[in-house]
Amino acid sequence: MANIKELSEKIPERLGPGHRLCAGCGASIAVRQVLMGTEDPVVAVSATGCLEVATTIYPYTAWKIPFMHNAFENAASTISGIESAYRALKKQGKIKKNIKFIAFGGDGGSYDIGLQALSGALERGHKFVYVCYDNEAYMNTGSQRSGATPYGASTTTAPAGKASPGKVQFRKDLTAIVAAHRIPYAAQATISNWNDLVTKSQKAFAAEGPAFLNILTMCHRGWRYPQENIVQIAKSAVDTGFWPLIEVDKGTWRFTYKPKERKPIEEFLKPQGRFKHLFKEENKHIIAEIQKEVDSNWQRLEHLCEASCKVA
Amino acid sequence: MNKVVALTGDQAAAEAMRQIEPDVVAAYPITPQTEIVMNFAQYVADGRVQTEMIPVESEHSAMSACVGAAASGARTMTATSANGLALMWEIVYIAASTRLPIVMPVVNRALSGPINIHCDHSDTMGARDSGWLQVYCENNQEVYENVIMAVKIAEHKDILLPVMVCQDGFITSHAVEGVKPYEDKRVKDFVGEYRIQHSLLDVDRPVTYGPLDLQDYYFEHKRQQAEAVKNSLKVIPHIFAEFKKHFGVEYDFIETYKMDDADIAIIALSSTAGTAKVVVDELRAEGKKAGLLRPRFFRPFPKEMLVQALKGLKAVAIMDRSESFSGRGGPLFAEMRSALLDEADRPLTVNYIYGLGGRDIDTKQIKSVYTDLEKIAAENKVKHLINYLGVRGEK
Repeated sequence: MANIKELSEKIPERLGPGHRLCAGCGASIAVRQVLMGTEDPVVAVSATGCLEVATTIYPYTAWKIPFMHNAFENAASTISGIESAYRALKKQGKIKKNIKFIAFGGDGGSYDIGLQALSGALERGHKFVYVCYDNEAYMNTGSQRSGATPYGASTTTAPAGKASPGKVQFRKDLTAIVAAHRIPYAAQATISNWNDLVTKSQKAFAAEGPAFLNILTMCHRGWRYPQENIVQIAKSAVDTGFWPLIEVDKGTWRFTYKPKERKPIEEFLKPQGRFKHLFKEENKHIIAEIQKEVDSNWQRLEHLCEASCKVA
Repeated sequence: MNKVVALTGDQAAAEAMRQIEPDVVAAYPITPQTEIVMNFAQYVADGRVQTEMIPVESEHSAMSACVGAAASGARTMTATSANGLALMWEIVYIAASTRLPIVMPVVNRALSGPINIHCDHSDTMGARDSGWLQVYCENNQEVYENVIMAVKIAEHKDILLPVMVCQDGFITSHAVEGVKPYEDKRVKDFVGEYRIQHSLLDVDRPVTYGPLDLQDYYFEHKRQQAEAVKNSLKVIPHIFAEFKKHFGVEYDFIETYKMDDADIAIIALSSTAGTAKVVVDELRAEGKKAGLLRPRFFRPFPKEMLVQALKGLKAVAIMDRSESFSGRGGPLFAEMRSALLDEADRPLTVNYIYGLGGRDIDTKQIKSVYTDLEKIAAENKVKHLINYLGVRGEK
């Protein structure tokens, strides 16, 4: 693959500068990397969320490609309509170009309120890429818990307090839920491993049917770490096995990157304010539980990789 | 004109859709709209239309997909009823404020709860402030013709608003009537091609749809939207004229039946007006000066025409097939009373809420309303302003 400089020269900037996302926001990095995945023209949709509100404050827009925001829970159904219109007009000869379609949603818009629309669009087999930029809570409205918030994190609607250690449930596994739709391509990625991310985006855009990218996307406001440390935080999510870089390519599960030795989960948790309370003596057992969960998830993925390889 | 064929109201809507052959239809089945979706799906399956049909997983996604498709330059339709309309509510508003000319047959059905599948107007009356235009159909022929006309209205460059074509659940949607459809080509010629000004698929001229619109612009956009609905009152008559020229059939915002010398009248929407006409004929045979006024459009609200039609009347009963829980009558009553308020010479008005959840409305009940009106006219006094017709217990 070309390096990022070459890619950025080959593919024009699609999300322009001047948007109002925070300095050090993971969303714009993820979006720009994903949009390097195809040279074809792209039409984008975004669910309501930081990405949408910060890039389209009327009368301005940061989007240099056609863009639509409809509502919070319907990015996948909106892109279904656009992609169907494209097929309808293309077969009538009213559109000549090959166009690619992409929908962005946060974890709130994808794991929670938009899950039904996402599932429907995947099942119907529209040819589009769905990107969940997963920052593990409703960050646009001030860090409320979501189905993607990890166990033990303190959020504003599941805060840590005297009687609670923060969120008391483990997150749901959206990538596995999506993979269960048996779409051509699904993957997990994060911004620190840009080569891995762009490669996955290329595969997603090239897929003959729906494709899904679940991108762990740091939010320093909600995760509470110094904004300049974004890449280190992303890297520690990968190196601890908190966010395994996997793909499900036509049913075959695969690790696209494996750290030589997984680091202890504390390395991911420690720098983040949302996990600060876990390091108190009375909460340390929670860290052990998180470690246990990371380990068992890793093992589960290894089994899946092994089993699906045999099937394939 | 072609020969008469037997069609239900749902089939009439589906037949119009087949002839229009939209680029995209995104729909989810719900009683009593189901037959529209089923019939249209068969047209797609048989290759009779080239439409891309999106069998969405909910009405919310139906309207969401319609918004995406319409903004991409596709002629786009869906259809729904009651709870389905309620589920798509959020996006119904977005479709209108994005000025997307989506056409949606709505088969009126009572909103839950309790759950009920039969006719009343609580679904579309609830959506009256959404910025959609609303046409109400008396019979299956009108359903057929209004669906065709709605495309032209919605897409007119000086309107660009979505349109609901409403008909009464089961009463017309499942009743077989004689309908005279036009030749396919004539319908296609009439609706023409949909040409969007700013398409999402025009990748060389990228546009942003659905931006964040805050205190500094939102109000102006809403003001413009209100103006667009108001302005449609001026533009729609041109489409009536075009329809008449093309098909030889005359339409207007309202229908008057034996109103010219009437002393008393009923105002009713959709199929109830058909029943009331029978009663008017009976009363006229008895020498009573009874009439009927039927608003075809509720949005835009043809205030001037309605007021004009009521000039010189003594008493008018406004029939509402939905409850607004205001304690001040149904939505049609409230709007009619407001419209008449500025008139020095205005008839006495009385409200009848009837037929909720599909409760039958028959000629006997309608006759009793005219009898009440005769008394009101004679005494020049309304004793019971809000009445419930055909209900057990307190009226």
